Amino acid sequence: MEILSGLMQGFAVALTPGNLMWCFIGCFLGTVVGVLPGLGPAATIAMLIPLTFQMNPTSGLIMLCGIYYGAKYGGSTTAILLNVPGESASVVTCLDGYQMARNGRAGAALGIAAIASFIAGTVGVILLMLISPPLAKLALSFSSPEYFALMSLGLAMVVLLAGASLVKALLAMLVGLWIASMGTDLFTAVSRFTFDRSELLDGVDFVVVAIGIFAVGEVLANMEKREAAQVLPVPKGLRNLLPTMKELKACRFAFLNGAVVGFFIGILPGAGSTIASFLAYGLEKAVSKHPEKFGTGLPEGVAAPEGANNADTGGALVPMLTLGIPGSSTTAILLAALILWGLKPGPLLIQDNPDLFWGLVASMYVGNLMLLVLNIPMIPLFAQILRLPAALLYPLIFGVSIVGVYSVSSSLFDVWMVSAFGLLGYVMRKLDYPAAPLILGVVLGDSMERALRQSLMMSQGDLGILVSRPISAVMLALTVLILLVPLVKKANAWRVKALQENG
Amino acid sequence: MTRPLHKNGDLISGALLAGLGTFIVLEARRWDYLAPDGPGPGFFPMWYGIAMVALALVLVAGSLKQRATAGGGPVNWPEVGRALFAWAALTACLALLKVLGFALSLALLTLFIVSVMYRRPLLHGIVAGILTSAGFYLVFPLALNVELPVGVLGF
Repeated sequence: MEILSGLMQGFAVALTPGNLMWCFIGCFLGTVVGVLPGLGPAATIAMLIPLTFQMNPTSGLIMLCGIYYGAKYGGSTTAILLNVPGESASVVTCLDGYQMARNGRAGAALGIAAIASFIAGTVGVILLMLISPPLAKLALSFSSPEYFALMSLGLAMVVLLAGASLVKALLAMLVGLWIASMGTDLFTAVSRFTFDRSELLDGVDFVVVAIGIFAVGEVLANMEKREAAQVLPVPKGLRNLLPTMKELKACRFAFLNGAVVGFFIGILPGAGSTIASFLAYGLEKAVSKHPEKFGTGLPEGVAAPEGANNADTGGALVPMLTLGIPGSSTTAILLAALILWGLKPGPLLIQDNPDLFWGLVASMYVGNLMLLVLNIPMIPLFAQILRLPAALLYPLIFGVSIVGVYSVSSSLFDVWMVSAFGLLGYVMRKLDYPAAPLILGVVLGDSMERALRQSLMMSQGDLGILVSRPISAVMLALTVLILLVPLVKKANAWRVKALQENG
Repeated sequence: MTRPLHKNGDLISGALLAGLGTFIVLEARRWDYLAPDGPGPGFFPMWYGIAMVALALVLVAGSLKQRATAGGGPVNWPEVGRALFAWAALTACLALLKVLGFALSLALLTLFIVSVMYRRPLLHGIVAGILTSAGFYLVFPLALNVELPVGVLGF
């Protein structure tokens, strides 16, 4: 009853014309910056915080959160259309989203991403509203061993992302781990694998690797043939540009899977939407009746990671609002904004500022609907990009890639690295090395090493700490299980073959 | 002459990755494996370096074993050459960024791709180059205030 009256109070705040306008502006700006690779929600929110000082905190927070979840949705657009992941969480969307675009279903993929974002975002808000405080306390019981186990579980997804050869997928992941360890070691200040280049002391940004491997590598592979005058087929008519009922029906479990995985991973500070999207994709593939079709353009392969990416927003707000603990760079900036407005995020925030908390929750319902209404009509417009002839589309992708990387670091060295990773991506394609495990290694490597070293510091070198804590033990057991399944399958296949040959 | 890609590709890439793994292990040996308060900077690289060498050797062994059997698609070297040519053009464009700036470098890259790689009329290439650069300038520096590499000419 308390929740219901709070929500009613929230809608009264969120549905005022002023707050509706700020919510729309936030969603719109978020979508625009999300579409552009490199410009993430954290940078945009940081740039716009000064503008919100003249606003009341509730309106300011509504607009900033609109940017947050708008950008999460927008990130999928370039991933689907151009194979350019704008942020780490969009990498998984490339796998099936871009393949759908190649199969002439770009509009359907964008539609599924929008609907998944809406459903999962809404589920995320409902969960945020219902179970914030107890879950936030549970998330606090996560320490380094649990994080190490979670990262291991994330890396085990490599098994599900592997193509024909698990060995090649594991090797690609190890190369990713190597790239992730480049730079200054945070514990000892030792420079590792920097080759005496000062530009490498801060490590290699994920965006550089992802844009190089996915976007530039893909373009190079497509440019092998001159005949490809038009890159991707775009069917005519609005009906063909939107997902069919059959596709939506196929995605019903994926929507829910993405929502739940995204929200619960989102609550864990530091876990982030990337691991959520990889886990949701892995889970979807694991329970699918046709796992072999993943990576060829399955709508479920878009719905699960996109849902997880968006539901993560609701989850990430839980520790920030209820405990004052930011779980990501974006929530850290939002937290800074709250403090600058003179508010104290923590257990008393809901009690002391019900208008702000419930206004934000209600505005997220409104914002998710607004994003859907805003984006579905834009799908035909976005899909027109694919009508460009190859000769024009490829320089455009090269340009977006350069801008995406340069806008993050203003470093020409990073732009050079994109070119190098582009060549690597092309060679990997030619030799059948899957790209996603490498990205997974880059994204999770650093956090995994940190969590492992912190765990072993806690236990003075005793590895037993990783299995003596229940949550970490369960997750590590799952990791081992996931890694063993393909080996058991292979051993079984050999056994059957041997029996057939003998018999 | 074309040769099977996967057999040689696996062998060569496996050997290269074994080399990379060895390099990682040798580098990791230079750093502390265990520090007084826990694992040192060499701990993690040592283990994934060893894993990389082991897996790369599995790949090499597998490709040597398959050498006797048929399989693997032939390499179409003219196609690979085209892709490498495009990569060289992109790299040249990046080299020009410092001198000519983003706008001119991208215009030249577009001109090259349109008129040389896709053999469209030169005029089409020039128009496409100018329009692409202008579009990027309008969207990024002008509308979004995003900085782009500037050359000696100041743009």
